[in-house]
This record gives sequence, C-alpha cells and structure tokens, in this order.
Amino acid sequence: MDERYPGYDVLAKRNSPSWNEATRRAIDRRLATPREPRYFTAEEFATLTAIAERITPQPPDRAPIPVAALIDAKLLEGREEGYRATELPRDGEAWRRGLAALEAEARSRHGVAFRELQPAARDSLLTAMSSGDLKHEAWQGMPSSTFFKQRLLTDIVSAYWSHPTAWSEMGWGGPASPRGYVRMGYDARDPWEAVEARAGQQEEARRRNRHVR
Amino acid sequence: MFDDPLATPRATNGRAPDVFRRGAWVPMREFRDDEPVDFVIVGTGAGGGTLACRLAEAGFSVVGMDAGPWFRPLEDFASDEAEQSKLYWTDDRICGGGNPLQLGSNNSGKSVGGSTVHFAMVSLRFRPEWFKSRTVMGYGADWPVDWREMWKYYAEVEDALKIAGPVTYPWGPERPRYPYRAHELNAAALALAEGCEALGIAWTETPLATLSAPRGRAHPCVYRGFCVAGCATNAKQSALVTWIPRALAAGAEVRDLAMVGRIEVDADDRATGVHYFRAGRWRFQRARHVVVAGYAIETPRLLLNSATARFPQGLANSSGLVGKNLMVQANQAVWGLSKREIRSYKGPPSLAITEHWNYEDRKDFHGGYCYMSQGPLPQLWARTQATAHGLWGEPLMRAMQDYNHVVGLKMVGELLPQERNRVTLADSKDQYGLPIARVDYTYCDNDRALIEHALRFMRGALEVIDTRDIWEQTDDTCHLNGTARMGDDPATSVVDADCRSWDIRNLFVCDGSVFPTVGGVNPSLTTQAIACRTADRIRVLASRGELKS
Repeated sequence: MDERYPGYDVLAKRNSPSWNEATRRAIDRRLATPREPRYFTAEEFATLTAIAERITPQPPDRAPIPVAALIDAKLLEGREEGYRATELPRDGEAWRRGLAALEAEARSRHGVAFRELQPAARDSLLTAMSSGDLKHEAWQGMPSSTFFKQRLLTDIVSAYWSHPTAWSEMGWGGPASPRGYVRMGYDARDPWEAVEARAGQQEEARRRNRHVR
Repeated sequence: MFDDPLATPRATNGRAPDVFRRGAWVPMREFRDDEPVDFVIVGTGAGGGTLACRLAEAGFSVVGMDAGPWFRPLEDFASDEAEQSKLYWTDDRICGGGNPLQLGSNNSGKSVGGSTVHFAMVSLRFRPEWFKSRTVMGYGADWPVDWREMWKYYAEVEDALKIAGPVTYPWGPERPRYPYRAHELNAAALALAEGCEALGIAWTETPLATLSAPRGRAHPCVYRGFCVAGCATNAKQSALVTWIPRALAAGAEVRDLAMVGRIEVDADDRATGVHYFRAGRWRFQRARHVVVAGYAIETPRLLLNSATARFPQGLANSSGLVGKNLMVQANQAVWGLSKREIRSYKGPPSLAITEHWNYEDRKDFHGGYCYMSQGPLPQLWARTQATAHGLWGEPLMRAMQDYNHVVGLKMVGELLPQERNRVTLADSKDQYGLPIARVDYTYCDNDRALIEHALRFMRGALEVIDTRDIWEQTDDTCHLNGTARMGDDPATSVVDADCRSWDIRNLFVCDGSVFPTVGGVNPSLTTQAIACRTADRIRVLASRGELKS
C-alpha cells in the first residue's frame, strides 16, 4: 500500500519545542532497547518474534520495530498491566506458558516449530487461539482466547505503537509538550504536523513533510 | 540528574516537591508517628486530597498518605503513553465475573493526586433527581444528602478548579456561569455538535478542569492532547496542583510512597491510627480519626485487610456491604471514518458533550447517559482496534493508517448497583505482603438495555454526518464507585451522610466508594463536592463536641 505520510518523521521534532527533556529521555531509552532476549529464553523470543510478524506485519524496506525486544524489556522491568483475568497468571508467567503452549500446538499438529511454519499456517493457529480452540495440555487450564486478547494482542500492539516509526507511518503528531497545537478544526494542520498524501500527490506530500519540524 | 520519585520518597525533611517549578521545594510541616494527629487520610486523590486541604484549612492537624510517588509534572512527565503508565495503579489485581473489568490505565491512579493526575477532566454535576433515584425515579438507592446542598458544593469545586465551561448549560436547574471560558472545539467535537444538531438534540462545550486562561503559575492548556497520560504543563487542575498545594500551605503533611496496610482499632472500637510501609519499613501513625480515601477498590481492600477478632468481616462492615455494589460506568463507543481530517489527538479528548439522554426520561430502562467526542492516542487506539474490533495482521495495519480520519462518540452511562458486583480479597499477596483485590463484575439486564440504546443512538449520530465504516466498541467501562455506600440506615449502608462509619465512629470513608448510585456523568466533581461537604460537617461536629462520641 502507498505510504500515507511519505517523508514524515516524528523524530525530526526531537529538538523542537514539541519534545521536553522527560520525553527525550523516555524515547531515547526505548530506541536503545537491547535487541537480544533478557527476560525470555532464545527459543521463547524466536516464537514471540514469529507471532509479532503476523500480528503487526512490517514493510521490508525499513528497519523493523523490535516488538519482541520491547515486550522482553517490559517484562524484565516488571511493568505489568495491573489486572488479569481469573484464569491468567501474572503477565510474565502467562507469556511463558502461552509461548510454550503455542510451540506444543505447532509441533503436535505440524511437527515443526511455530517459527518454521508458513505464514498461512501460523495465521490459522493464531486464529484458533483467538477463538479458544487450542486446548493442548501445555496451556495448563489457561483459556487460549483469554491469553490471545489480554496478553498477546495487547502487549504486541502496545509495543508496536510505542515506537516512533509506527507514529510516523500513521501520521500522528507525536510528543507535543510544551508546544502543543493551534489549528484544531476540520482539515486543519499545524506546520509541525504530518501532511497526508492525497491520491497522486505522493511527491508533493514528501516534499512538504521534509519541512515538518 | 533528577531523583527518582518512584524509588525514594520526596516529601521528607520538612519539605515537599513544588509542583510548579523544576527541582524546587516548598516547606511542609511534619508530624511524628507517635504524635496523634487529628486526621490521617489514606489516599490523596479527588476524595482524600480535597478533604486534606479543607480539614487543614479548618485548623485540624492532617497527615495524608499516598502509596504512589510525588511527581513534578514539568520535569517528570513525558509526552508518551508508555512512559506515563507510571501514573497508574498497576499492582496485581484479579478480575472475574461475567463482564470482567479492565483496570490499570483505564481507571486507577497511584501517585499523589490519585487518578485526577490522569483523569479526562470532565467535570459534570449530577442531575438533581439522581440523589433520590429510588424515591423519585424508582431505581437504585437514595443518597442521604439533598441536591440543593450539593449544588452549593459543586459551585465551590468548580471555582476551586477554575472549570472552563459554557456560558449557559443546556440541562438541569440554573447554575452559575463557569469560572473560565469554554475551550474552543476540535474537529472531533465539531463532529459531535453536527450530529446533535442534525438529530435535533442539545449539545454544549464540555465543562473541563483544564485552564482556558492563566492561573497563578499555571498556563492555559496548549492542546497537546495527552491529558489521560498526565498533563506536563500543569494546565490540568488535578488534586496534585490544586488541593494538595493548598493543603501544604495550611499545615498538612503529605507522605508519598506510603502504603497503608492496616487500620488499628482498640478495645473501645476506636481507630487509633494506621500501619504503613515507607522507605523500607513498616511504621505506625497515631491518629484521632482515620479517613479511608483509596477509591473503590483499595478502600474496601484496606477495610477488609484490617479485620480483627472483634471485626472478623473487616472494619465498618456490620452491614456486610463493604466491597459490594461496585459500580462502573458504561463507556461503550461508536467509531467511524470521516472524509475530512479529524486529527482528534489535538486538544482535550472530550471537548463536546450531550447530556440529552440524562434528562430525557422517555426510555424503557432506568438511568441515563451522556456521550462525548473522543481523542484516543496511538497505543490506546491500537489496543481498541485489536481487542475490541478484533483486528490483527494486515487489516489492523490498514485500519491504523486511517487514524487521522477517525471520529468517535463515547458514552458515560449509569449502571445499576448490584451486590454481586464486588471487591473481595484473593489468596495472592502483593509486594507489601498484603492480600490483593479480586474484582467481580457482571452487567444486569437494565445495564444491557441502556448500552444498547446508547450504541444505537450514537451510531445514528455518526451516520447523519456522513461517516463510513462505522463499528461499535461494546466492551468498555470507566470509573469505580460504590463499595462503601452512604445512607440513612446502618443496616443498608457503610457510612452515614457525613461519610462516617456507623460502626467505628472515628473512621470515615471519603472517595467515590460512598456513592449509592453513579448517575450518567463522570464522578470526580461529585467526589470532590462530597469531600468539601464532609469537611464542613466535621467542623460542625467538632465544634459541637460530637466528633468524639
């Protein structure tokens, strides 16, 4: 699909009045997240990466958002959502159990690891998980649909859309303190907001987005 | 480098953080643990923060305890959803029942100022009839207070927070003009207004607790749109920047990172103080009166965790109602796409509102609802699309591309009190070694009828403004109320009209827990009005010598 906001980069505003010091500290730390697993085992991390590729598929022509590493870091630091369904253990334990169960499902149905499956086979396992149809004993009583919605989907999309690359692609203004915004109405855009490319006007938008600071 | 407010208490050595200046301090009076203070207040949000201020200004000695950190917004708050999750109560909790709640970022705060630090600032008065909904409207339970008295306290709170609102409010009895002018509308709010006008119902600018003109050392709102992730410019009139500074100036002490685990009660059924964990050890603060203001999960949890041989079912619980009648509010939404760019991330998220269905009684269910315009930030929007709309993979990526064209309407609807909706103690323990809360919630038929009505109506309000790809978010709730309800009868309520426990007369509950019903508006203004009333009542009782009895 065509880029909606070609050439727009939230990070170009890093030194503008839209980013305060606390924001720079937080985003710098996030962008420096180690790419290797620290909470998960290498095996778990590979499975998580293979899941994230299907939940939030990324274009091949840019550096990928490190979804698995962001989730790993969150669990390592003990940052939890603060609530869980009665059938779910704490966030980290739920992930370990869910990843092991998905591996067990892949091996018992296809004889290979989840990450070695074709995309369509991975999707059909994830679809079965979402509707609660995975019932391998490795789930240990944790309903696969509850895990899918409360942990898997929630944590993966939260990680993906915590990354400036995702913000740029959706045309969000990004951090905005203290500058904020002035033009509030319909079709109104401040000079420090992304320009949306209308049909056939990709290059025009790309040129204007270079000046968004 | 700044200190880490989540690791080490800031309010020590006779000073507290100055929330209006980076790295700065204000003097703070301190009390000794073994020196009985007039009031120890557990929680510093809309209930406890307000009450601490008003009691200190009335001359009482006051110590407020908050389990969370004491932030200086100007230096500690990032423009970032993930980073700002440090504002939320994310200690372990278990959610069960037919419609398990979402807690954490959705409705719970853990910092000085409580959840007002991340609330959406919507500051609405109850419809007068709701204070007597059982008698006048035939459902729920009556409040033991009169709406005309509440009207006076609403005006006090609106002035204390310099609420920005319309010149004339379309619904209910006359009220004074709001202290500050209304904010301008963003495109999301204009869309709500267009829909209402096409359908022939009234709408108005939402009365909001964020500044539309300068106030002291706080600037007007810059429309950065991160309100529910904490305001980094201090335009938001949270308890952190309003009631708490006033409380300190009047001689109150507030302790951050102070988790209260148990209320102590003596052989005469009098509370004598609270056990609290701070700076690595358990301590005991003596007090003549104890106020619990931890919001509708932590408040019953503390009362239940304070059980003794004499009160085996927990404190203040002779009615058996502590933890019961937990009420949330319906927060369902209808979303769609506009041809025009909406960019709803700009400005406070809910700049326009209609309370039409709170004041129109031709409906086949009890209760009412308002709905407001919306401005979800990317993480929240992605979670909504994934978990409520069921999108993942390419459909999710395509939907997220349409972010700047999303237009949405979200309700705040009255759900009925039911005893089966409740907070109890689970077997698991938290990091303090205290049993955690289990929260059970299930809609009743009336709740479902109200939600159905609202979704149908809001869908129509999007259809008439030429919105495409409309879908309904059917699963969301907001706010927490009702687990220590007030009333006239000790058999059917936990506290009296003065928020005073029927069983332990020097124990009070002062937060959203005391609501007998929730109405169809956001509760924070009412919580603060109740706290102001409670402070006045305590002053009167004390002057008559009735506080000791």
